[in-house]
Amino acid sequence: MSESKTMMEKISESTRSLTTGVDTRDVEHWVTIYIMGRGYSVPADLTIMTAMEFAGYKLIRSCGCRQGFCGACATIFRREGQYKLESALACQTRVEDGMCLVQIPFSPAEAAYYDIAAESYDYSVFSKHYPEVARCVSCNTCTKACPQDLEVMDYIQSAIKGDFESLAEQSFDCIQCGLCALRCPAEIVQYNVGHLGRRMFGRYGSPEPEHLKTRLAEMERGEFSSVLDALVGASTEKLKELYAARVRESDE
Amino acid sequence: MSEVKYIGGYPEHMRQSIEIVNRSRARRKDAVPAAMSAEQREETLQVHPDYAPGGKRELKIGPNKGDPVPVPVADLLESYPLIDETEIDLSVADHEVDVMIIGGGLAGTAAALLAQDQGVEREKILLINKLRHGDCNSIMAEGGTQAADRPIDPPDRHFLDTIGGGHYANKPEVVRALVEDAPLVMHWLEELGVVFDKRDNGDYVENWGGGTSARRMHSCRDYTGLEEFRVLRDEFRARRIPSIEHSPAIELTTDESGRVTGAVLYNLETGAYQVVSAKATVLATGGFGRLHIRGFPTTNHYGATADGLVLAYRAGAKLRDADTVQYHPTGAAYPVQIVGFLLTEKLRSAGAQPINKDGEAFVFPLEPRDVEASAIIRECYVRENGITTPSGLRGVWLDTPLIDAIHGEGYIDRAFPAMKRMYARFDIDITVDPVLIFPTLHYQNGGVETDPDGATNIEGLWVAGEVSGGIHGKNRLMGNSTLGTMVFGRRAGAAAAAYVKSADAGERTFRHVEQFVELLKGAGVDSSRRAPMLLPEYRGKASLARMIDVW
Repeated sequence: MSESKTMMEKISESTRSLTTGVDTRDVEHWVTIYIMGRGYSVPADLTIMTAMEFAGYKLIRSCGCRQGFCGACATIFRREGQYKLESALACQTRVEDGMCLVQIPFSPAEAAYYDIAAESYDYSVFSKHYPEVARCVSCNTCTKACPQDLEVMDYIQSAIKGDFESLAEQSFDCIQCGLCALRCPAEIVQYNVGHLGRRMFGRYGSPEPEHLKTRLAEMERGEFSSVLDALVGASTEKLKELYAARVRESDE
Repeated sequence: MSEVKYIGGYPEHMRQSIEIVNRSRARRKDAVPAAMSAEQREETLQVHPDYAPGGKRELKIGPNKGDPVPVPVADLLESYPLIDETEIDLSVADHEVDVMIIGGGLAGTAAALLAQDQGVEREKILLINKLRHGDCNSIMAEGGTQAADRPIDPPDRHFLDTIGGGHYANKPEVVRALVEDAPLVMHWLEELGVVFDKRDNGDYVENWGGGTSARRMHSCRDYTGLEEFRVLRDEFRARRIPSIEHSPAIELTTDESGRVTGAVLYNLETGAYQVVSAKATVLATGGFGRLHIRGFPTTNHYGATADGLVLAYRAGAKLRDADTVQYHPTGAAYPVQIVGFLLTEKLRSAGAQPINKDGEAFVFPLEPRDVEASAIIRECYVRENGITTPSGLRGVWLDTPLIDAIHGEGYIDRAFPAMKRMYARFDIDITVDPVLIFPTLHYQNGGVETDPDGATNIEGLWVAGEVSGGIHGKNRLMGNSTLGTMVFGRRAGAAAAAYVKSADAGERTFRHVEQFVELLKGAGVDSSRRAPMLLPEYRGKASLARMIDVW
């Protein structure tokens, strides 16, 4: 059994820098990044997020899931010698030498108050809640700002056409980081427009499956009550027996 | 680093093993290893971090005195408060509400919506968030939500899969609520406008999960939690229910009888505290992944530090199954920037196989998670058939290109955009090359014991989501977490709403804290140990060593 103890120690050793913070002694390659203009020397294989932590920042804003899903860590950066401002998720982007960056802690953009059950499933839902969509000048700045590489301008155009299905398809991977809206010269809040459209499509354009309705009706009639009663009251031995006897649904 | 040659995102020595994997693919496509017997599962589990010796200790005080839990959890549960109670004025409440919900993930947001549906005025609901409303594990759930809703799949099948996967430690009446409410939750999400993956005829696309005996996994590409959560959050905001962000609850308040009556919040940015008076409290604070139990990296969000467990335990809440931890079988092991990140189980549902360095499939891809994770650990550290990365981690391959080989080109693009995108950021194309995996800390299986409505042994306190215990027993199945958050978030919100109809605001005291501190002193606990943790510490050691506090 002492072998498995050694195994657990080996595992925890191999990930120590990731779980307890980087130790300078382990670092071979360094780069310099500029956090809001101030230069810090950081290990070259860190992300923007972990590099900021290495530099001593205790993150409160601009850090959430740390894995590219929550949109909290929207970051604007410029590469040394370039004029262009680029955008990224701090948790998903490796640092580069000379990178000058700032994180966006919050986006004060407008979000509509509405009752989805009371809205019309056509373009008017956008003109009612986000009339500024009509001001889109097709400059594509939103698309260039998107750290998910979505075709943001295209889904705004789909909204203008009242094409909910295309909008849902094109905007689905949006993590609502807000970078598109912050860069838009027409003041459109793309990510909220997209969300309104997707919810409308989910409710009105993609109906509830018949097999779900059937099951709900069966549950309503209490059809499974007695079999569930029996399972709740069953001994562990009986449950083991029933578990082993399950027949896996055919793969066909 | 500069000396190493990279090809398609991988260094040369890993590339050699990839070529072996690529060559064996056609042979493996229709030759999937058989599922394990109960005995084989038991044997395999011996290398699981929960079963391997060490790593736990018995609690010295509190409702679960004598029960073993992971050492970092024990250390937090047996900690002194962050606040000095003499510095807090509890007599004035900054917020007086009927229902306070602590934690804004799927469970907490669902609880808020149902509390309003059940008649609590929106101004009398308050959602407390440690960070943003949306800093939660829910939003990162990828693979799916279980719900038995096809003719071949009655709810008792879901019950058996769940309780067998949980090693029969689950609380049966709570599992029953889980499977019975599942179709109802799907209906609710449909009405709120969640866009699920559907077939041309309108039926759900339903997929396998590890340990399920039927296709029961409902997905939204590989952004299931994101889609479910952002719809609930949007609904919450559209209804203008009040919430506070960046202000964790750092202590509960109780009255003479021990009933929970409110909480103290701490503004992370200003350092000021606020007092909430609440007739009912729903705790939905999530789990403990950021404790890095046994040194594992984690899939969890930044704030997963067991705060809710700590607060509830101090108030006298009974825990169950808090000794077990879920390690997700497929965490990323390479490149180093994404180590520990989640690779959804849906990849294996769709046919991806774990493969060792010699190109061999060594395990049935859809065992329950604890068994699958153990088989991978064994392959790397006992059988020595893993691949070592430049940063010293071991892992095995997950053969993602096999998915397109089975379902046709373009399938990964449609079903796994998040996975594809994450690797593309590091120059790896998962449709062409496999990815390196190793188990990663994923889920707190146990937690505060509840009844089927989320009620605890303490009056005025409900729990929902990962902080609760009993649904999953000693091991959770895929798709039962997002489901559980919504089933019990809804139930807890509704139960709290019913309770406040006849309840008054209680007196606010720290009596339970004072009593707990006496127990800590009696047990000789080091007074420097403070909790809740709030956030993990990742600052560089060199900068930490030079920090001074001048304020």
